[in-house]
Amino acid sequence: MEKPQKVLILGSGALKIGEAGEFDYSGSQALKALKEEGIRTILINPNIATVQTSDDIADDVYFLPVTPYFVEEVIKKEQPDGILVAFGGQTALNCAVALYRAGVFEKYNVRVLGTPVQSIIDTEDRDIFKEKLDQIGVLTARSEAVTTMEDALAAAERIGFPIIVRAAFALGGLGSGFANNMEELRTLAQKSFSTSDQILVEESLKGWKEVEYEVVRDQFDNCITVCNMENFDPIGIHTGESIVVAPSQTLSNREYHKLRSIGIKTIRHLGIVGECNIQYALDPHSEEYRVIEVNARLSRSSALASKATGYPLAFVAAKLSLGYSLAELKNSVTQTTSAFFEPSLDYLVVKLPRWDLSKFSGVQRQIGSAMKSVGEVMAIGKTFEEAVQKGLRMLDTGRRGFVANKPEPIDLADLDRLLSEPNEERIFAINEAFQAGYDVERVYELTRIDRWFLQRLYGIYQLSLELGEKRQQGGLDALDTDLLRQAKKSGFSDQQLAVQLLGPAEVKANEMLVRARRKALGVLPVVKQIDTLAAEFPAQTNYLYLTYHGTENDLAPETDKSVVVLGSGVYRIGSSVEFDWCGVNAAQTVNEEGYKSIIINYNPETVSTDYDVSDRLYFEELSYERVMDILDFEAPQGVILSTGGQIPNNIATRLEAAGAPILGTAAARIDEAENRHKFSSIMDELGIAQPRWSELTTMEAIYDFVKQVGFPVLIRPSYVLSGAAMNVVSNPQELEEYLKLAAEVSAEYPVVVSEFIQEAKEIELDAVADKGEIVSYAISEHVEFAGVHSGDATMYYPPQRVYVGTVRKLKVIAEKIAKRFEISGPFNIQFLEKNGAIRVIECNLRASRSFPFVSKVSGHNLIKKATKVLLGQHVERDASELVYDLPFVGVKASQFSFTRLQGADPVLRVDMTSTGEVGCLGDTAEEALLKSLLSVGYRIPEKTVLMSSGPLLSKVALLSAAKLLVQKNYTIYATHGTHLFLTENGVASTLVYWPDELQEPNALTYLRERKIDLVINIPKNLTKGELDNDYKIRRTAVDFNIPLITNARLAKAFIKAFTTLKLQDLSIKSWKEFKAQTEPVL
Amino acid sequence: MKQVKLVLEDGTEIQGQSFGAFTSAAGEVVFSTAMTGYPENLTDPSFAGQILVLTYPIVGNYGVPGEELYESISKIFESDKIHVAGLVVNYYSEEHSHWNAAKSLGDWLAEYNIPGICGVDTRMLTKKLREKGAMLGKIVAAEDVPLHDPNQDNLVAQVSPEGVQHYGTGKNKIVLVDCGTKTNIIRCFLERDVELIRVPWDYDFTQLDYDGLFLSNGPGDPKMCVPTIEHLQKALQQDKPIFGICLGSQLMGLAAGGDTFKLKYGHRSHNQPVKLTGTQRSYITSQNHGFAVDTATLPADWDMLFENLNDGTCEGIKHKTKPFFSTQFHPEAAGGPQDTEFLFDQFLDEVEKHKAGK
Repeated sequence: MEKPQKVLILGSGALKIGEAGEFDYSGSQALKALKEEGIRTILINPNIATVQTSDDIADDVYFLPVTPYFVEEVIKKEQPDGILVAFGGQTALNCAVALYRAGVFEKYNVRVLGTPVQSIIDTEDRDIFKEKLDQIGVLTARSEAVTTMEDALAAAERIGFPIIVRAAFALGGLGSGFANNMEELRTLAQKSFSTSDQILVEESLKGWKEVEYEVVRDQFDNCITVCNMENFDPIGIHTGESIVVAPSQTLSNREYHKLRSIGIKTIRHLGIVGECNIQYALDPHSEEYRVIEVNARLSRSSALASKATGYPLAFVAAKLSLGYSLAELKNSVTQTTSAFFEPSLDYLVVKLPRWDLSKFSGVQRQIGSAMKSVGEVMAIGKTFEEAVQKGLRMLDTGRRGFVANKPEPIDLADLDRLLSEPNEERIFAINEAFQAGYDVERVYELTRIDRWFLQRLYGIYQLSLELGEKRQQGGLDALDTDLLRQAKKSGFSDQQLAVQLLGPAEVKANEMLVRARRKALGVLPVVKQIDTLAAEFPAQTNYLYLTYHGTENDLAPETDKSVVVLGSGVYRIGSSVEFDWCGVNAAQTVNEEGYKSIIINYNPETVSTDYDVSDRLYFEELSYERVMDILDFEAPQGVILSTGGQIPNNIATRLEAAGAPILGTAAARIDEAENRHKFSSIMDELGIAQPRWSELTTMEAIYDFVKQVGFPVLIRPSYVLSGAAMNVVSNPQELEEYLKLAAEVSAEYPVVVSEFIQEAKEIELDAVADKGEIVSYAISEHVEFAGVHSGDATMYYPPQRVYVGTVRKLKVIAEKIAKRFEISGPFNIQFLEKNGAIRVIECNLRASRSFPFVSKVSGHNLIKKATKVLLGQHVERDASELVYDLPFVGVKASQFSFTRLQGADPVLRVDMTSTGEVGCLGDTAEEALLKSLLSVGYRIPEKTVLMSSGPLLSKVALLSAAKLLVQKNYTIYATHGTHLFLTENGVASTLVYWPDELQEPNALTYLRERKIDLVINIPKNLTKGELDNDYKIRRTAVDFNIPLITNARLAKAFIKAFTTLKLQDLSIKSWKEFKAQTEPVL
Repeated sequence: MKQVKLVLEDGTEIQGQSFGAFTSAAGEVVFSTAMTGYPENLTDPSFAGQILVLTYPIVGNYGVPGEELYESISKIFESDKIHVAGLVVNYYSEEHSHWNAAKSLGDWLAEYNIPGICGVDTRMLTKKLREKGAMLGKIVAAEDVPLHDPNQDNLVAQVSPEGVQHYGTGKNKIVLVDCGTKTNIIRCFLERDVELIRVPWDYDFTQLDYDGLFLSNGPGDPKMCVPTIEHLQKALQQDKPIFGICLGSQLMGLAAGGDTFKLKYGHRSHNQPVKLTGTQRSYITSQNHGFAVDTATLPADWDMLFENLNDGTCEGIKHKTKPFFSTQFHPEAAGGPQDTEFLFDQFLDEVEKHKAGK
């Protein structure tokens, strides 16, 4: 096979539920693999926060939507001779299938490298897939589609009970359920037929084990399975929602190899070249199996398998797509053995998903066949106990492990349901069940989680009781070395030991006592390497973890001068790939400055946890305990906290108190910025305005404060029911309504109330300072007015509508803050501006979410500069001011995943709900905005727009946009108030009724009939009727995949952009081409 | 759990906890990196005399299945007893969970009076064995035992059966020279329409009427099998197809006039990559051996058939013109990957061809 000269790679766009950071990792590896071959690489990915879109990875980057139109335009322009479509998730795959079907690859003579598109189609289409597997006698779940009751009963006869019935073409599992006999089926089928003409009668695999294999095949038909994985949660829960272990723990050799052989046979038959994932259901009572699906691309599981084994799947898959054989490639860990081998692990990994469901109002909490989690962690240990407890801490949800957590009120009456119909808290419900006296068998009956896993959890529980008994016997002094070692081997943290031995109060202080005692007893973790071959061959591997199951460190501490970079941990709403970019850039700069870099991070979806990014990678917890363990061992010259988001910042004070060599801003200053009260008094001292705020503990105090500042106010209770974390209320009724949602207001659970300034601009400053002097900065402007969380907002950089005078004032404030906090390193300030008055709302003495965006647009890499400052290098103040002369604009837009979150209210609010972001470049603000909104799933409407434009202010704001729509021959459907307003102002619109008016033409009917191309729904107020009506419109729009905008400013900007620009007007320019325009300037 | 220790010939002493039988035992300490398949491994006669260290850290999870018979041989195990001298693991899972488990690993070991030791840093131990080579060692419970080198014993004679046994009534008559065969080899033949004559290691099979000859795996140094090599040399004079696995491959090499040598720490794992020489085809194989054929010593009419992709050692040989071939790895797997089971078909194809040519 001839090697291609120029290859196009499709990225996966913004992070979303079901498609997250793993594709930054796989794309980056593929690019690395091609680069090594001297192939020119072109990447299309609008996700500007990724590592793969950094300037030294692909030869050219297009920040454009990964959609057939834009990809074809890039192909037309770049004329690549090859394309890689398996490294950008489902987004890239869907796009490739569409282009293949349209004959685009053929037309431009582009060779699809790796797995042929036809094989992809064969795996994606259920019917073809089943047929292909039938051909080789591989079993899939038996299923029949029927349209009558008789046929349904007959099908069940053939398939055998239990049966699962699904209504075809019904959203959200409506009308589906399980039947154990004919009678139950009859009742169920009747119900299903009422929602759908066709139902699927399927063999139920509920309670079967779910097992996956990662299979690699080269064009010479050589096949290996790199890793197998077993789900802790049985079939019924999406693998992305499951706790997963690798390798499998409860499969016998026969089962392991039977499934392995079937995987290889299947993959050969499907003709996959590269990497794929095959999922099975395995009967827990026999060797019966069913193939569930094959993913003919790199996936979340393959990223996990890569990290779990040290086998670089994406890198190898990219090489195989160029025609190499597996045997020709080297094992990149040992460098001496071949890539044609199957890793042997001498540890196990546990992956746990992270959910953020409490951020969403109205969302269904139950987990099941659809993915809802937003991130994941991977914990490495020598036993399940050790790894699962590590993993539960890594999730950063305040849990200390499986046991010794803060007691949470669980309704015991609800316990059985929590176990059998799981939500994201199930594993803790298992602990509750043990406490309530359930034995392993009873928990098994309710959960169908293999007894082996439950036995392990039960062992942890019993050990916690044994430790608890020591509390009466003298606490720490009663603890002997054997029990301590046993607890540490079972994954107990020092904090857990503190709780069990010394009680639930003063945990952090007691943790220090446990730590001291533990070190005195010589109970220390050892450092072990991950080497792919279980120590069979010597390996120069720097991929490390810590365990208490060992007596010897695999390697000595780094002897050259080294710097530790703390990663950002689990991806969650508010912290994801952008901090990975920061961490990777920090580590690279550390190396460039002549230090060895040591990364600590535990997120398998990241590039920073690739072992070739740093000199040493500790795949470990970012807790005080674990970071100190590593610092004690390595004794580095410095520790960088400020590029890892909030998790490292949270332990700054304790690390510094323990003598850790923290680089940059002092921990005490960080604390001053993070503590609301301290920060406020410093702002007062500096004469910098803030919105007025107060922390209040009684209802009276809240009303008094509101009287002073006036409505609206921003209100932030510290103890809330789901989805009510933070809100803006505009009148006493709303305040009352809202406080009802806040479960409690008391001294223990105070409420923070802040003055809310309407129609204020929100402006951000990202900067780097050196000993209190700013050396570089970037100012960006939100499209939306304040009130939309900065992580959800759309941003212009450079700012487009901010006065020079305002910029000057911002700079003065930033300089004061930098000086006062003696900042060395990165920081971020958020400002409000209204009528020239500026207030500071927040200040973070660390890198922020927008660092990669502003760094890439301006060409000033803020992280590189910050890292140099941290290392004590002199950094010249740069010409940040000149950014206003940039001949182009960057726009960052947010990606929401509401479609995945059944029931969630898709509205922009003060609390963040977006899961990802993109950043696009344009010659004008409109162009950049349009590109970025198209990148996060918006489409230019064809003919119709539904408007319900909310309160008067937003009605006025949207008037000019409505006029533009009419000028461009769009039909506006408007709900009552909006229709009236538009009519009064001479803009034609068609009235549609609100959902609760139950009259036609009703907004809901039009949405369901897909008569509407774009929905603009601006929430009016918090009264129940309004909420319901608006909610129904928004939710229906999301469920029917109709673009929705809930913010007037964004709606206006979008309408202006698509009424002035056509798709064809959007320039197809690479990042380098944009940059070339700036060279004379910057 | 009672305390026991593992003592190595270099003086290393490792404390651990006892499981299985609380007794002392000596042997050659070797490690296996297979992540699954302890019931298969422990009953593999090739492990006779060896104290086995498992690098996979959690062992015992799925218990041990009950005995079932298939054509008078075990359906599940690789022989009728545990052959290892002792077992060394990091973590022993006292509880187990599997639909076909009849007992725990510990109980099973105790039944055969085999000691197990857990709580050992098996990675540290493995690195030691890798660097210094396989070592003698002992698990010491209440009473000490002397070190013992099993390679000085005729292990094959110990594990080979007493008399001749017949299985199946298939169309091809195969003689299996049992130097410690794994039962899955027998199963692989019986599933392929074979009449199998299983003979002891030193049996003069040249007197028998057969269509094809098979040389089994087995423990220890191949050079101990002098009578087998002599009989084999006679068979090599003829043209009937011969297939050897593991020790069988080494015996074929010796009978052909080549030499064998002891590897530093052997190959014991389920992930050994081998390449079919002269092609782009490679296979993942199951292996368990401490000796190998020295390719350089092969006579001119023999070739290396498979090569280990990791260390280049000989993974099988074949005669240039006659239907004789062998593999150092285990095509019958059990445990391990089944990717090369087709070699049984190839061998039987040769047998059929040879019969047809007659």
